[in-house]
Amino acid sequence: MVTGVADVLQVENLTTCVATRNGIITAVDNVSFRLSRGATLGLVGESGSGKSMTCLSIQRLLPSNSVVASGSIRFKGEDLLTKTPRQMEAIRGREIGMILQDPMTSLNPVFTIGQQVGEVFRYHKNSRKRDIRSKVLEVLNRVRIPAPAERYHSYPHQFSGGMRQRVSIAINIGNHPDLLIADEPTTALDVTVQLQILHLLREIQQESGMAIIFVTHDLNLVARFCDDVAVMYAGRIVEKGPVKTVFADPKHPYTRDLLAAIPRISKSGDRLRPIPGQPPVMTNLPKGCRFEPRCRLATERCREAYPDWVAQKETGGGLRAGRRQWGQNDIAVHRPSGRS
Amino acid sequence: MSKYVLMRLLQSIVTILLVTAIVFVVIRVIGDPTHLMLPPEATAADRELLRRTMGLDEPLVIQYLRFLGDLAVGDFGLSYRFNQPAMSVVLERVGHTLVLTFTALGIAVLIGVPIGVMSAVYRDSWIDLTGKLFAIVGQSAPPFFFGVLMIAFFSVHLGWLPTGGTGGVQYLIMPAIALGWYSAAGTMRLTRASMSEVLEAEYIKMAKIKGLPQRVIIYKHALRNACLPVITFTALQLGVLLGGAVSVEAVFAWPGLGFLILKSIEDLDYTIVQAAVTLIALSFAAINLLVDLLYAWIDPRIRYD
Repeated sequence: MVTGVADVLQVENLTTCVATRNGIITAVDNVSFRLSRGATLGLVGESGSGKSMTCLSIQRLLPSNSVVASGSIRFKGEDLLTKTPRQMEAIRGREIGMILQDPMTSLNPVFTIGQQVGEVFRYHKNSRKRDIRSKVLEVLNRVRIPAPAERYHSYPHQFSGGMRQRVSIAINIGNHPDLLIADEPTTALDVTVQLQILHLLREIQQESGMAIIFVTHDLNLVARFCDDVAVMYAGRIVEKGPVKTVFADPKHPYTRDLLAAIPRISKSGDRLRPIPGQPPVMTNLPKGCRFEPRCRLATERCREAYPDWVAQKETGGGLRAGRRQWGQNDIAVHRPSGRS
Repeated sequence: MSKYVLMRLLQSIVTILLVTAIVFVVIRVIGDPTHLMLPPEATAADRELLRRTMGLDEPLVIQYLRFLGDLAVGDFGLSYRFNQPAMSVVLERVGHTLVLTFTALGIAVLIGVPIGVMSAVYRDSWIDLTGKLFAIVGQSAPPFFFGVLMIAFFSVHLGWLPTGGTGGVQYLIMPAIALGWYSAAGTMRLTRASMSEVLEAEYIKMAKIKGLPQRVIIYKHALRNACLPVITFTALQLGVLLGGAVSVEAVFAWPGLGFLILKSIEDLDYTIVQAAVTLIALSFAAINLLVDLLYAWIDPRIRYD
């Protein structure tokens, strides 16, 4: 496969294992995706589906009980998995940023906003000491914090949740990263603030051309803010492609069920259809398709082996528009023509 | 902020008053010093005369108020045993206790905090295991016992250090280590626990995401948050060591405050006890105030509440 020049990130067959008390689990299983400059990828899935572990693998910030077992993570052409910890320190906070879920806990309570934002300039040694203050004010301005000069000496507890998330964004975009990972950045916020934050991220993206991985379980937000989407289930990507195509014509039964589970005002007459059952226990995965126990379309074949259409897409390529993961032939297996 | 300080100051004054009142009452309940001051053959009239001259015949409340009035001008009365102003006897001894206390505390902090931090950062490593061993030994051996062992080895067997008394640094080494190791063990365990908790915090993850060097993450971001309980513990230790170094002072014949108070209670030399306890209460209050200010300086959330 030819690597596109525009690809900022190219994750190939990433597999991350976690040692737990009940044995080793594969939290991220053979995951591949690409992200081009200025694009936004929505990473969707239930809790425990491997979204966050994928992000932490990219950042090389996995907890000590976890390790990347195989695969490659090419960032601007270089494999991050071969970098030394010192080299990763230089990349993090400068070329790759990451926003965490809960802004109430992600800022250090004992340092001022100015200090915390200033550190990304100070420790990446790309600014002179006396320039740091003005750089901080500039980036606080960019994330629309009113009267930044007055807020410079404030502490996190004097800010609201939305404001703190803006500070978090300021910290992570200060050095104009090429990639921003947003791990459920708005889950802990009010709905109105949510949209403000997402619009802000999009604005910054349009100015700077950074790529964004947007981790969420909110499909509405994916539809509004992402170019591509990758749906994860039990550690694997089950479907990926341009948002428009996937949403208009979801191929994988899990994706279909997810979409059917979104409340819609226009269809208020319809009943919501929750997906029955629970995600599988990671230490005891089904032999065949991992979604099979909950799948309405499952056949005998699914229980025995992974349906071949799934295996086929794992080797398949990127995420650019027009490239679908599954051909009609593959889907035929799952069309309930003969059953219902 | 000034309101915070003022409130703390008022609380300290109330604390000191309460402590002096309790000590005042208790020491008078224990017994009548005139029994010890007069020879056994003295008559009841003699004793009554002495009680009157000492003001012991008046109601307790009046006695206490007089004590407070004298206290306001710094007069703690005469010690009948030493026939000197009680406070000057106390102050003579307090210097020795302070030297011992602060050396022991210095050992506790300088050893306990770094080992605690390293144990939390490199959990289950050899540093952590060594630290654990060090803490278990330190906390299970009472300081006086450890002191006796040291005397047996370093003084009697090797003859390197004097067995007791005061003088140069050589007299200070063993009592300070005996006291300090015990405190160091607690300091270390608390630092480790507090650091372990803070290192799991989201803002530490954020610090890593920012690409900060490890030493900045550990010593700036984590330790500043983890040190609050350690500071409290150290301050408490300071109080404990100030008044409670009695056993170690006895083992090493260290002429400190603890030993003096013990002896004065036995002899019902109440002016000394009052002077010493007031001084200890004062320093306790001062330490607490200092800790509160330190808290506010470290954690802005306390400052603004």
